[in-house]
Amino acid sequence: MREDTQLDQAEPLIRFRNVQKTYDGETLIVRDLTIDVQRGEFLTLLGPSGSGKTTCLMMLAGFETPTSGEIRLDGKVINRVPPHQRNIGIVFQNYALFPHMTVADNLRFPLQARKRPKAEIEERVAGALAMVRMDTFGARYPQQLSGGQQQRIALARALVFEPKLVLMDEPLGALDKQLREHMQLEIRQIHERLGVTVVYVTHDQGEALTMSDRIAVFNHGVIQQCDAPATLYEEPANAFVASFIGENNALDGRVEVAADGRCRVRLDDGSCIEARAADVREVGSPAMLSIRPERVHLNGAAAGAENRLTAAVEELIYLGDHVRIRMQVANNANFIAKLPISEVHGHMKPGDRMTIGVKADHVRAFAAPVG
Amino acid sequence: MQTPKTLVILALALSTTAFVAARANAEELTVISFGGAVQKAQEKAYYEPFSKETGIKIVAGEYNGEQAKIKAMVDTKNVTWDVVELESAELYRGCEEGLYEQLDFAKIGDTKNFVPKAVSECGIGTFVWSTVLAYDADKLTTRPASWQDFWDVRKFPGKRGLRKGAKFTLEIALLADGVKPADVYTVLGTKEGVERAFAKLDQIKPNLQWWEAGAQPPQMLAAGDLVMSSAYNGRIATAQKEGKNLKIVWSGSIYDADHWAIPTGTPKQALAYKFIAFASSPGPQKVYSSEIAYGPTNLKAVEALDPKRVADLPTAPKNLEGAVASNTQFWVEHGEELEQRFNAWAAK
Amino acid sequence: MSVAIEMDGGVPNLKARLRRAERLTKLKYIGLIIPLALFLLVTFLWPIGSLLYRAVANPEVIEALPRTTQALRGWDGETLPGDDVFDAFAGDLDGNRRSPVLAGAAKRLNMEEPGFRSVLINTARKLDRQPGQSAKDAILAVEPRWGDVSAWRLVARNGQLVTPFYILSALDLRITDDGAIVRAPDDQAIYVEILLRTLWMSVVVTALCMLLGYPLAYLLAQVSTGTGNLLMILVLLPFWTSVLVRVAAWIVLLQKEGPINKAMLALGLITEPLQLVFNRFGVYIAMVHILLPFVVLPLYAVMKSIKPAYVRAAISLGAPPFSAFWKIYFPLSLPGVGAGGLLVFILCMGYYITPALLGSPREQMASYFVAFYTNETINWGMAAALSAVLLSATMILYVIYARHFGPARANQITPR
Repeated sequence: MREDTQLDQAEPLIRFRNVQKTYDGETLIVRDLTIDVQRGEFLTLLGPSGSGKTTCLMMLAGFETPTSGEIRLDGKVINRVPPHQRNIGIVFQNYALFPHMTVADNLRFPLQARKRPKAEIEERVAGALAMVRMDTFGARYPQQLSGGQQQRIALARALVFEPKLVLMDEPLGALDKQLREHMQLEIRQIHERLGVTVVYVTHDQGEALTMSDRIAVFNHGVIQQCDAPATLYEEPANAFVASFIGENNALDGRVEVAADGRCRVRLDDGSCIEARAADVREVGSPAMLSIRPERVHLNGAAAGAENRLTAAVEELIYLGDHVRIRMQVANNANFIAKLPISEVHGHMKPGDRMTIGVKADHVRAFAAPVG
Repeated sequence: MQTPKTLVILALALSTTAFVAARANAEELTVISFGGAVQKAQEKAYYEPFSKETGIKIVAGEYNGEQAKIKAMVDTKNVTWDVVELESAELYRGCEEGLYEQLDFAKIGDTKNFVPKAVSECGIGTFVWSTVLAYDADKLTTRPASWQDFWDVRKFPGKRGLRKGAKFTLEIALLADGVKPADVYTVLGTKEGVERAFAKLDQIKPNLQWWEAGAQPPQMLAAGDLVMSSAYNGRIATAQKEGKNLKIVWSGSIYDADHWAIPTGTPKQALAYKFIAFASSPGPQKVYSSEIAYGPTNLKAVEALDPKRVADLPTAPKNLEGAVASNTQFWVEHGEELEQRFNAWAAK
Repeated sequence: MSVAIEMDGGVPNLKARLRRAERLTKLKYIGLIIPLALFLLVTFLWPIGSLLYRAVANPEVIEALPRTTQALRGWDGETLPGDDVFDAFAGDLDGNRRSPVLAGAAKRLNMEEPGFRSVLINTARKLDRQPGQSAKDAILAVEPRWGDVSAWRLVARNGQLVTPFYILSALDLRITDDGAIVRAPDDQAIYVEILLRTLWMSVVVTALCMLLGYPLAYLLAQVSTGTGNLLMILVLLPFWTSVLVRVAAWIVLLQKEGPINKAMLALGLITEPLQLVFNRFGVYIAMVHILLPFVVLPLYAVMKSIKPAYVRAAISLGAPPFSAFWKIYFPLSLPGVGAGGLLVFILCMGYYITPALLGSPREQMASYFVAFYTNETINWGMAAALSAVLLSATMILYVIYARHFGPARANQITPR
């Protein structure tokens, strides 16, 4: 491993090596975390609450110390560097704008802490306000701003001292949906413009998919998979990632044959499915099959698929550009198919029985999750 | 109970109980005195025998002479104190202001039987007491003999106690400065005399410790906090009886009488008269003066007392040599002005 | 909608109905607060009002000498008053020779001129008008003092129902015979110094409380809830005993032969017992001990509401921990500092029992003299005037506080 890193031309900005964290000496909040973050990358830590993602962020910021392992920033081990010397910008969950200071004073704060000349401070503050299009708001107090405006100021404050790295801890959690989507784009644009490295924490997978270069999916203190959004969606590494990212139909069965990245799984009702093997174990072990709703074909269209299944329509949900069909497939009563409006025949109704088809390439087989 | 101030606190706590003491039935009489050793003697000489004789229960309370409570009671016509003990100046002023009933001496006894100072419009004297110079003979080898010695800080180093307030303090200062007992109030009546008294007090100001309750000086003397102090002679005598070797200097003592009076408007006036008449008769007064070394006001009681005991009383002829009779009239007129001046002086 | 209005007779009718509906709601609200308003009126405003009135009330002389004061209205104040005044005076005295009302007037006049009590009382008691003798001659025969213009000026000055005398006295000022206001002679001047001392001692006690209470409140706000509750109980423990008991305990601890002196003697730290009580040191110690919880509680409440994210944000922005505390945490805790400080300060201003028991005359604060005049000399005018001065000083300080920490400003800096 060590030789590998020395060979790398561009050293990653952040390296976590075997990092562990426990608060009570009994349970590990973070277990054996190893990950690199490249310069200029937008990495999202995604996971349910309690999965360890925020703890990772806080260890990076310096507010928590790793129990073991090491964290390197720009090649230097920073385990013992106090947080105020790390030069990392942070956008907090509820912005944490100083309520007793004006917007401009909030932005001046990190520059004054660095004892920059006055003229430079004013220039940078003006620049940062312009960047988030809040030029005229310098004299206001944070309470006089809307949620979205406070969010922009928090962003500007984290960037105004030009850190190499910016951490964001669920920064959009308090905003309504429309504003959140708007801000996602804005943050993304600023990231691209400044080329700054961003580590972003969220539990909202849509947000993660929209914004990130790479997403690290956390569960139980372990990174389940770290990949680009498309890879994560199309080729989830395990059952957790498959069910956490995007919509997913699960079918339970047992492995019958497994070879060359392919396998055959027999479902509980006796039918057999050909699938791409992800992390299935030996023949005979329980497996979970994952099929994305948009990969399901009905009737005639099902003809070209390797896998055929019998389905009973339970419910039709009309959504304008597409239709969602809830059906009973094998032992799953909530099997969803998502079809373009053009492929749905008008006479389909609940109670109809039909054949559905899925290509083997679009079925992924995982080891069944424990519990 | 080493500290004098704890006593003050206790007194404060107790005075509230006296205040609260409700008037339950008609056969109770609330009598308020200055508490401490005085009250103990009063219980023995007056309260208990009176209750035994008449079946009337005495609810005994104590206070520090504050007239505000009595004024409040009289003003609001809710008088719950039936008989109170008073110093002369308070009696004089309160009488004029209508706080106390004008007494009908026919209900008390023949005024000829009392020392002249005891009989006044609203009160009957109950005992004569004296403010004296006291010290602990176990702790001082050389004995002070006068207020001049009280001022001699070199011969008697240490703190001295005086009663907080202008009254007595100014007289003592003038006596120490060589004014003759007979001239004290004439001198104090002039502006120069007042200046002279305060100038004299200035000389020992750093060595002074002020006391407020009569029980404090004997304790502070015994505890060694004070080398000498002004004190009420009866308190010192009581401490002597308890085995403390405290001594009194009679020369330059200032004597005055305490009185019984009836707050205006008490519903138990008849009972109050009954009590005062009882407490002014020779028998109980004799018992009182045997209990505590204060002089009886009933001449017949003086006659009945053991001559040896009489020598301890402020009214003994020997003790009256060089003593000053407190001038009530003077203090009623100048009290307010001189107390303020004293407060201003003490606070600086 | 408009149809309905027309049917009812047009817009004015609708407005009237709206008013009627709102009036009902208003009445309901007023009904809800009336008990409290009455309670405050009876227990708070009325006593304070009557207190302020007592500080200027001057009814004694008019009550005792109604005709005389009336007759003196037309007097020039330069020459001895005419026979009409003397006649009225003799008439007034005839009416109440021995009444408490006259004693009240005598007491009141004696305050302004010591010795005047007996002038008035003697005149009343001894005045014996022979037939054919003029009132003037009879009065002058009994008391030659009435032949002096200044005596009449004194009476005339008090022929008003209100007087500035008490308030001026409470500020160490006097009115001279000719109506000028001058400073009291040094040996009589006391209250300005007492007021300044009261302010100063309150400032010192408040500062000490803040110095000791702030770190404590900070600790309480930082530790876990369980530990915090335990510490809070310890903070509140002193509240479980009465002030008197605590003061008594301090006397026992601090006295010359008390455990503290004995321990220091035994350890060889001192050779002579230190005077720890009956001086300012003792008063400060006991007052800080008694008042500390009053500064800790509001501070704790405010600090608990300051989110840790603020300090973290400041640190992440490059501020070292102390600078983050000083620039972010401390300003955000200021409303607590203000509230706690004001509370302690105002309590200090009115403190009476602790300095009275633990201090020498040099530690007595304004309230001591209020008590002195109330209890010992029954000069309620003076007591009320001192209270009024104390109240005004407190109000002025409150206004200053409100300017700096008041609701308007607190709104701006209260953490959300």
